[in-house]
Amino acid sequence: MFKAFLIKYAEIGLKGNNRYLFENALRDRIKEALGRLGKFEVSKEQGRIFISCPEEYDYEETVAALKRVFGISSICPVAVIDSSDWELLTQGVGDYVEAMYKDRSFTFKVEAKRADKNYFLTSPEICSRMGAYLLARFPQLKVDVSNPEVRISVEIRTKCYVYSIVIPGPGGMPVGSNGKAMLLLSGGIDSPVAGYMISKRGVSLAATYFHAPPYTSERAKQKVVDLATKISAYAGKMKLFVVNFTDIQLYIYDQCPHEELTIIMRRYMMRIAEKLALQEGCLGLVTGESIGQVASQTMYSLAATNEVCGMPVYRPLIAFDKKEIVELAKEIGTFETSIQPFEDCCTIFVARHPVIKPSIRVINKSEGKLAERIDQLLEEALSTVEVIEIG
Amino acid sequence: MEVYLDNSATTKPYASVRNKMVQALDENYGNPSSMHRLGVNAEQLIRESTSIIAGALKVEPKEIIYTSGGTEANNLALIGTALANRRRGNHIITTRIEHPSVHQPLVHLGENGFNVDFAPVDKTGRLIKESLYGLVNDNTLMVSIMYVNNEIGSVQEIDELAAELKRIKKDIIIHVDAVQAFGKYRIYPKRQNIDLLTFSGHKIHGPKGVGVLYVSESIRINPVVFGGGHQRNLRSGTENVPGIAGIGQAVKEIYQDFDNKIARLYELKQYFIRQLAGLEDVSIIGIPNECSNEFEMEHLKKTAPHIINACFEGVRSEVLLHALEDKGIYVSSGSACSSHHPTPSVTLSAIGLPKQLLDSTIRFSMSEMTTREEIDYTLENISQLLPKLRRYTRR
Repeated sequence: MFKAFLIKYAEIGLKGNNRYLFENALRDRIKEALGRLGKFEVSKEQGRIFISCPEEYDYEETVAALKRVFGISSICPVAVIDSSDWELLTQGVGDYVEAMYKDRSFTFKVEAKRADKNYFLTSPEICSRMGAYLLARFPQLKVDVSNPEVRISVEIRTKCYVYSIVIPGPGGMPVGSNGKAMLLLSGGIDSPVAGYMISKRGVSLAATYFHAPPYTSERAKQKVVDLATKISAYAGKMKLFVVNFTDIQLYIYDQCPHEELTIIMRRYMMRIAEKLALQEGCLGLVTGESIGQVASQTMYSLAATNEVCGMPVYRPLIAFDKKEIVELAKEIGTFETSIQPFEDCCTIFVARHPVIKPSIRVINKSEGKLAERIDQLLEEALSTVEVIEIG
Repeated sequence: MEVYLDNSATTKPYASVRNKMVQALDENYGNPSSMHRLGVNAEQLIRESTSIIAGALKVEPKEIIYTSGGTEANNLALIGTALANRRRGNHIITTRIEHPSVHQPLVHLGENGFNVDFAPVDKTGRLIKESLYGLVNDNTLMVSIMYVNNEIGSVQEIDELAAELKRIKKDIIIHVDAVQAFGKYRIYPKRQNIDLLTFSGHKIHGPKGVGVLYVSESIRINPVVFGGGHQRNLRSGTENVPGIAGIGQAVKEIYQDFDNKIARLYELKQYFIRQLAGLEDVSIIGIPNECSNEFEMEHLKKTAPHIINACFEGVRSEVLLHALEDKGIYVSSGSACSSHHPTPSVTLSAIGLPKQLLDSTIRFSMSEMTTREEIDYTLENISQLLPKLRRYTRR
């Protein structure tokens, strides 16, 4: 029944002179999110974004898509009243109440906003007069200003809007308003959630995946493509870089102590991801690491992997428990995909007893044994990267 | 070079099958139940296929039922027969190495008032006859035995088993899952004491999505799919005309030049396993004990002509599979149908393969399209890959 939505945003509203950049980004993200679903017109309107729906559309699907656009604090399906003429306005609001609520024995409150400060009534006056009108038209209604069952909001702008449904949005900031980062994406539960969280702060993403054929399969790669697609429902379009890591991994296996394999591998993954990140204009790396989750994520191990990167490494899950990460993964819809049983390249050769307190000095010494071929192997890995466009 | 050695998972359709199906889609798109000419034409295609299939099995056309594939045919055979004849007995016997499409319906029947016994097999995957016969009792209604095992290619002596089972109890119903056997053996149900026989289109160079159940006219059977009463009320649903046209054509072609095709497959198999067995720490699974290292043809012929299962010690089968894939060689680890689940294979466990080897076996399955060059190419790649793959392992 709704022909339009009013979109509210929270944090962007606090910005100063840059505000228009954030508003434009939000408008564009909304256009992208709805573009696939049908015809919508999206425009900025003084502290709000207005979406009108001139054609038939699927309400549920549309709201679901909007709930994935970062920067939106709430989604209000609205009725539009073309004129602010008081008589037409009260009539319109009354019609809205009549259509929305079959049973009108509830308590209510009118909340008003006027963008047009020259309007002949002040906001409190609009509230009380509109309340009086509604009470007269629907005698079963009762006013309760402190704890109403229904809040009827009226906003007087170039047109007038009335709404009483407020659907919470995801919050955060519009993607693209805060630069770009490179996500190290495995097939696991954590890294997709890390990508989601960083992109919630307005950061757009690229992703790197390391595969190791024949030790990992085409299906494991497809799983990562599926995960990237799920993240892109929030984070927008992204490039997925697929790096063939087999030769590097086998070389490390040949040359270095086995219990250091995972740490050294991860250091090379960071180095490769950083190179790709620089090429892509990214300003940081993102990982799904969480302190102490596995041997390679102890404070010692994190220090050892961090040491090889010049770029900041963002670890949004660093202090999360696994249980909390799983809950988030379920919420954003990546969990089911993540738990498909395909082996990823981190686990294939993992030692039974990997080091948990690696010393950077010792690790550097072990890496010294790779001097002969590693540069060539890194170059090969970078020159054979497969790029998959997601979203 | 592309070498397809996963023919037990599915086969490449014959060109003639494709043409027949395109014709069915383009020209004979009518509903075979329609009264008008387009319907009659579509029905005519089904009749042609039925006549080919009934001819190949030497049975009556009315004993042929089309299903959506081997799985549905097995479900109909087992559940349909059990429900229609439950007053005669509630005991069913099968083997420990059945395909899930037989095993699972029987587990379901077991949960719904039937007693199901699973007869053991020996180390080569052949039924231990005395154990099987010993399971028969007064309540035994049905025995379901797979002709050729899909994972290791072991073959059951259906003629002898069925005859003996019927001698012990005259009215036992015999079901044979011949999905891997049809097109590799001449199967004549009426002469072999088989009452119900399943096969599938896509294992014989026909289309996916179509299977056949032969139901002896002497057997009472209930439908498991209900609806408009198609196919004498045994399998409702508009017939899959292109699929049925395709499977008929496949049956026709697979039995042409049959003896030569099978002899050639056995020669390829013998050559392949002789070479494989010569590699370090490689053993062949499902070969009769009588066989020496020479793999004499007389013994080899007790196994299926097209399936070879080999165990590569110290190599994870999935890794070898992907490494071969990289060379254009397509094989299977365990049974493709059960590869969705990372659980060890039922058949390999049932034949008592040691646990540490369960994850090291590869199935190669050939077809009449397989060539000696392809086998040589495969052998060459395996012998190159093995040392490398054995060097890099979890430790």
